[in-house]
Amino acid sequence: MTHAEIALKADRLTKRFGQLTAVNQLSLSIERGAIYGFLGPNGCGKSTAIRLLTGLLIADEGEVTVLGQPLAGHEEALKSRIGYMTQKFSLFENLTVLENLRFVAAIYSVKGVQAKKRIDELLQLYGLSERQQQLAGTMSGGQKQRLALACATIHHPELLFLDEPTSAVDPENRRDFWERLFDLSAAGTTILVSTHYMDEAERCHGLAILEHGIKRADGAPRELMQSMSANVVEISGDSLRQVKQRLSALPDVISAAQVGNHLRVLVSKSVDDAIGLLTPFSDNYDLALVRPSLEDVFVSCTGGRHVG
Amino acid sequence: MWARLWAIVTKELKQLRRDRMTFGMIVMLPLMQLMLFGYAINTDVRHVPAGIVDLSQTSYSRQLFQMVSATQVVDFTQRYYSAQAADEAITRGEVKAVLLIPADFSSRLVLHPAFDHNREYSPLTRPVAQWLVDGADTMVAAAMRSLRNMPLTELTAKGVTLTAPSFEVVQYFNPEQRSVVNIVPGLLAIILTMTMVMFTSAAIVREREQGNMEFLIATPVKPVELMVGKIVPYVFVGLVQASIILSVGHWVFAVPVRGGLDSLLIASLLFIFASLTLGLVISTLTKNQLQAMQMTVFILMPSILLSGFMFPYDAMPIPAQWIAEVLPATHFMRMVRGIVLRDADVFSLSKDALWLLGFTCVGVLVAAKRFNKRLE
Repeated sequence: MTHAEIALKADRLTKRFGQLTAVNQLSLSIERGAIYGFLGPNGCGKSTAIRLLTGLLIADEGEVTVLGQPLAGHEEALKSRIGYMTQKFSLFENLTVLENLRFVAAIYSVKGVQAKKRIDELLQLYGLSERQQQLAGTMSGGQKQRLALACATIHHPELLFLDEPTSAVDPENRRDFWERLFDLSAAGTTILVSTHYMDEAERCHGLAILEHGIKRADGAPRELMQSMSANVVEISGDSLRQVKQRLSALPDVISAAQVGNHLRVLVSKSVDDAIGLLTPFSDNYDLALVRPSLEDVFVSCTGGRHVG
Repeated sequence: MWARLWAIVTKELKQLRRDRMTFGMIVMLPLMQLMLFGYAINTDVRHVPAGIVDLSQTSYSRQLFQMVSATQVVDFTQRYYSAQAADEAITRGEVKAVLLIPADFSSRLVLHPAFDHNREYSPLTRPVAQWLVDGADTMVAAAMRSLRNMPLTELTAKGVTLTAPSFEVVQYFNPEQRSVVNIVPGLLAIILTMTMVMFTSAAIVREREQGNMEFLIATPVKPVELMVGKIVPYVFVGLVQASIILSVGHWVFAVPVRGGLDSLLIASLLFIFASLTLGLVISTLTKNQLQAMQMTVFILMPSILLSGFMFPYDAMPIPAQWIAEVLPATHFMRMVRGIVLRDADVFSLSKDALWLLGFTCVGVLVAAKRFNKRLE
């Protein structure tokens, strides 16, 4: 892998707000054309990290290299090569879809015939052709999000930042949205997306799990699942709540969470025989080792503090 | 650069057109204020509600009552039968003044030089009657004091003796002494201060509040494009308001517009720019629209009270004049009254013009320095 193929690189990025360290020694490296995810609970520093990487906030420590150029000092020049979709809808609610697109095109210096062509293309692509005269503020969450993505990509950015793009969107629209992201990725756009949905995180090529501003894990979702530091035991039977109580007290049990009529128990890898450890506390129950999910990875990384 | 600027200007105009409330305010605010102040503010005090206590009950005292009524300074609405009752009425706020005619009114009258010219003033000369006045309102009190030396010769039926005044006063520019002539141009300064500062400060803070700013600063747009693009539409708004005020003032209140329209346009533009940059500075200091509004009021109050709109600038104590000098409204007040009422041109008012220009430049620098494309 040559240096040119890295679209975004951060080195020990740190940001403090008073007493709070929002982002702590964050290092990452994203290949060109990849979809890279930030997974973490609310307040874990995802948005702050994105703002640091786009130059909207200045880091207290650390360096960022964007598209081969250091971010510090080149923020303005880089802004025409990156796209940013904010967490909250940030286009103008009292402008129509078309007016918003035209405005953003002009801001990014996409002009004349080219702008018209690009806008028509985007309206088509994001299914907004029928709604071009509608005020943006009167649209549904999914439509707003598609408009925001259209605006963020109007200038063919090489690097696209999406801050929790699907938080106000129903599952079907989310699937569609991800299809669009894969299209962009296939066309060579590097995408950094933050989310707190496991299913979305699983779609990413690379993934960083953030907690309290610290990166707990980094890698492809499949890799993360394989190299997890815990075994997953699924227990099925009745009165699982009591079993959960008993198991949670064990020091080697990282977490126990009920999923339907199963109890999913994460046992530290330092224990060789996970089933053997749990059996005395759960007589008459079926125990089985299962394939870990991304949620298990997340829970084991964050020590079960956010789930279950 | 120009394409982006133009995009921001047109975007702002479109938003303004859809914002019915603001759009209505642009037109209705000056109209309402003009009607309100044009009719209501009047420094010629007339028809002060008054009472009378006539302890004399003579034909002279009744004549005096008629004479005072005829001045129209007071309207006698109440009659009391003792000085004490009159006192209480003033305390209650029933009347603002009471004419107290003493029992020995007739004998005082015949000894008074204002009644009988053969008599001379002496330390023993006693006033013929007394006014009890609610002196809290200095404007009312001054009007009542003007009655102090009312001639009483009419009471004698001996014919009027004319006295020559010490000075002849020639009143330039407003010979009829109508306060509305002075108020309408002043109102232009006040209304522009209010709307210009408020609109710009709110316009930028609103984008920050609604999250538009986070998107905008992630784009290649430059701070100066954003600032200028935000200001330009409101320059037109300001000019529209200025035209409304001056034309309504002219057609409804017969306020003459003596100066050249070119001078007026230049002065108005200078003031509009100064006010808009003040709004910009406020927008970089505040976090939400409420704070922006409070800051606007903080600017607006001294602009109304110290700029010379309400009270003559020269009558204010020196420190107050210093504060007034800082406010753009004071300078514009001088300019617009000079141009509209005295046919002055911008060059003869260059000191104020330069001050407004300087204020704008400093304001833009401060705003651009404070506004950076960061989220902190």
